[in-house]
Amino acid sequence: MSINPNVSQNTILTVEDLKTYFPLRTGIFKAVDGVSFELKRGKTLCVVGESGSGKSVTARSILQIVDRPGRIEGGSILLTRADRSVTDLAKLDPRGKDIRSVRGKEIAMIFQEPMSSLSPVHRIGTQIGEALRIHFGILGNEQRERVLELLRQVEIPRPETAIDRYTFEFSGGMRQRVMIAMALACNPQVLIADEPTTALDVTTQAEILDLIKKLQQSHGMAVLFITHDMGVVAEIADEVLVMYRGKVMERGPVEQIFHAPQDDYTRRLIGSVVKLEKKAEVRLTRAPIAAEAAPLLDVKNLSLTFPSGLKAVDDVSLIVRPGETLGIVGESGSGKTTMGRCLLRIYDAQAGAIDFRRLDGRTVDIRTADKAELKDIRREVRMIFQDPVGSLSPRKNVGQIIAEPLKLAGVKGRELEDRVSELMLQVGLEPAWRERYPHAFSGGQRQRIGIARAIAVKPRLIVADEATSALDVSLRSQMLDLMMKLQDELGLSYVFISHDMSVIRYMCDRVAVMYRGRIVETGDTDQVVNHPRHDYTRALLSAIPHPDPRERRIHKRFRYDPARTVSANG
Amino acid sequence: MTDITSLPPETGPSFNLPGKDIAVAGQWRLFWLKFKKHRIALASLVVIVFMYLVAVFADFIAPVDPNATNARFTYAPPQGLSLLLDGSFRPHVNQLKMTLNTESMRREFVADPTKPVSVGFFVKAPQPYHLLGLIPMETKLFGLTNPQVGDSLYIFGADRLGRDIFSRVVHGAQISLSIGLVGVFMSLILGVTIGGVSGFFGGWADLAIQRFIELLRSIPTIPLWMGLAAAIPVGWPPLRTYFVITLIVSLIGWTSLAREVRGKFLSLRNEDFVIAARLDGMSEIGIIFNHLVPSFMSHIIATLTLAIPSMILAETALSFLGIGLQPPIISWGVLLQEAQNIRAVAQAPWLLFTPAAAIIISVLSLNFLGDGLRDAADPYESVS
Repeated sequence: MSINPNVSQNTILTVEDLKTYFPLRTGIFKAVDGVSFELKRGKTLCVVGESGSGKSVTARSILQIVDRPGRIEGGSILLTRADRSVTDLAKLDPRGKDIRSVRGKEIAMIFQEPMSSLSPVHRIGTQIGEALRIHFGILGNEQRERVLELLRQVEIPRPETAIDRYTFEFSGGMRQRVMIAMALACNPQVLIADEPTTALDVTTQAEILDLIKKLQQSHGMAVLFITHDMGVVAEIADEVLVMYRGKVMERGPVEQIFHAPQDDYTRRLIGSVVKLEKKAEVRLTRAPIAAEAAPLLDVKNLSLTFPSGLKAVDDVSLIVRPGETLGIVGESGSGKTTMGRCLLRIYDAQAGAIDFRRLDGRTVDIRTADKAELKDIRREVRMIFQDPVGSLSPRKNVGQIIAEPLKLAGVKGRELEDRVSELMLQVGLEPAWRERYPHAFSGGQRQRIGIARAIAVKPRLIVADEATSALDVSLRSQMLDLMMKLQDELGLSYVFISHDMSVIRYMCDRVAVMYRGRIVETGDTDQVVNHPRHDYTRALLSAIPHPDPRERRIHKRFRYDPARTVSANG
Repeated sequence: MTDITSLPPETGPSFNLPGKDIAVAGQWRLFWLKFKKHRIALASLVVIVFMYLVAVFADFIAPVDPNATNARFTYAPPQGLSLLLDGSFRPHVNQLKMTLNTESMRREFVADPTKPVSVGFFVKAPQPYHLLGLIPMETKLFGLTNPQVGDSLYIFGADRLGRDIFSRVVHGAQISLSIGLVGVFMSLILGVTIGGVSGFFGGWADLAIQRFIELLRSIPTIPLWMGLAAAIPVGWPPLRTYFVITLIVSLIGWTSLAREVRGKFLSLRNEDFVIAARLDGMSEIGIIFNHLVPSFMSHIIATLTLAIPSMILAETALSFLGIGLQPPIISWGVLLQEAQNIRAVAQAPWLLFTPAAAIIISVLSLNFLGDGLRDAADPYESVS
């Protein structure tokens, strides 16, 4: 069939003009619309796209596990086996025996959420052994030996004890390793990884990426890797497929996608990623914040221990100067969100002081402020939430949501209306949309509504908790630009909490690195990013995928190991 | 501005509405749109509305006084209503001819086709009456146009005193369906207050209330009701008995509602939008009425709808056992009580089937309606 026998020998999976549609009452939603690609032995194909671009549905179509009512309407998925026999997976019955023997055995899949894709009621060993039992009938001691071997391959420490533990005894990274072990159980030819590292911290992500790479080389698998993170793509991909609204925008070698993109959409996507690789231009030209200016917020030795005994915030001290953006960076569980919430007294810190300089020049300790004082302070210190869905009441329309803080501040009637319109314009929303409910808006628009609510009462300090992490990358820089524009217009200061170093670098003047409730390093953003002093900061920075395939560095990263021990919970 | 575009289809609400309308559709609009998709629930809603209308206009719909006895027609069977006579539209029933079977000592009724009795709509009532005790009326929805001695109209048959079962079932709907509503209303007040206190204040109040609810729910219901109902003095007027019975059946009903409300309070209290309202400076009372109550209102309505049938069944059970409502009050439970003895059922099965059908239809419809409402209670689930 093929002219070059070498190519066809290495091609395991050929997807041709795949169409997966979801019939809706209003018509047909084309989730995957004419997608074609090839998977080659030992190579990684990355599928990138924003949420809703159809990348997951593409992967699920291969195994015929598309959620109802979606179904494959056309195209072919040709699986070529080692003995050169070819099967068209698209023609198989989704519940039939044939596709079941392909799933897990020839094509394995790992999912985004390691928590929900593993059963909590079975031991690790049983879950991994299941595939061996189903596909090869391997039982008893032989099965156990094989499972131990797999656990060793995925580098789970002390496999002899780990095999008899339950999934909830493991951390997210370890669970993802178990998932990978399950996927590898039958030596599949193709591994489909659907955002396997999205739910993980960057350092854990780097480990999992390492592992997948290593296993791919030793097993000679083809990997279909789905991600929205261009950094990850640059680090691991051989070939890239860019998807947008169910269609392939561009397909090519990773080098071409990053350095010579042909398609407009790809160019914009790469552009928005590259934009976040350096400091924002408006900040480069701005005069530095005077270091001697009296701080707006002065946090001293703040500590909060939860009833469970967890020291979420441990002796944290930091200052925010007027007009400054202080970034707080750290991985999940580092206590950054808890710390941010302490600043507004959503949580009560047990020790320390949060000295806030009021508009009238008085300095007030937020931690011990009384009710009336706190109410006033909360007009000057506002919050932007991470989740653009949960932070807006679905039962109120946009006008009501933005008007709420104003109403409570005593603004009424005509003035209220005008102010709401003005705020909507300020954050880039049409005032005519005020009658609409949050469900009519996209994630980025909802976040703008949240920002409008935050700035409604003319605050002086805003605590932004992961304000951009729920957004697609192309929206992130827009949101950050908006926040900086508002900062300059209104003279705001920000405490910007994020796990994402690139957004911190883009907009923060100074940055504090948090690790296990403590601040391990504080300094000017440039200095921390380019010359980190603390080992943890170095490890964090080096684990961040770098969106340039010419400069792959994640495999050469620096590892931070405070206790110099490895535990199963690591 | 890439983000100022319309939503991709799969993240939008799955409702069939033009984009602009859905954008400004509030909570109740979405609720209705989602409810409408539940066909059985929609049909049940129609049935329920119809039944409550029948209950309200019972005096008008029932052709005869439900307590009017007629010794001539004890255990008379249902008379088939025919609409056509000699090829023209003349609704009529056939006169019943009674013979005494001397062997079994039973009255046996035979319809006599040669003696049609004309039935008409909007006929003059046998006696003037007051609709709902207020509006004086002299017309019935249907009845005998020209009643003579020996004529009868028993669509669903007669009981041992010759009373019309149809009229009695229609009148029984008044008590049986309203006891559900009144009982649920009491549950609502008890449940929302106690559940709200439990969820809002937490701590020891929550602990005490939850343990009390568990205690209440662990008592077997029928003996509890029996004990309480037995304590009602026999001499009390029927109306007072009715209210006490309602109180008794709602005694258990409020517990599930209280838990529902508490659970909603707990889960909503830590929602970001509630925290945002608190940071805006809204008082706790303001948060409850501005954010929490609207959020669980639809859930409460669904739970309440599902609670009505259990109330109806509770009343029926009590009355059936003879410790609930007593004649001369007519409820479906009281009617079933008449069908308790096997001889009566063997001789006149309509005594059992007519009220039982009314109960089953109303309970099933309310359950389906409640299911539909519950599914629609959170219209935002599919709206990510």
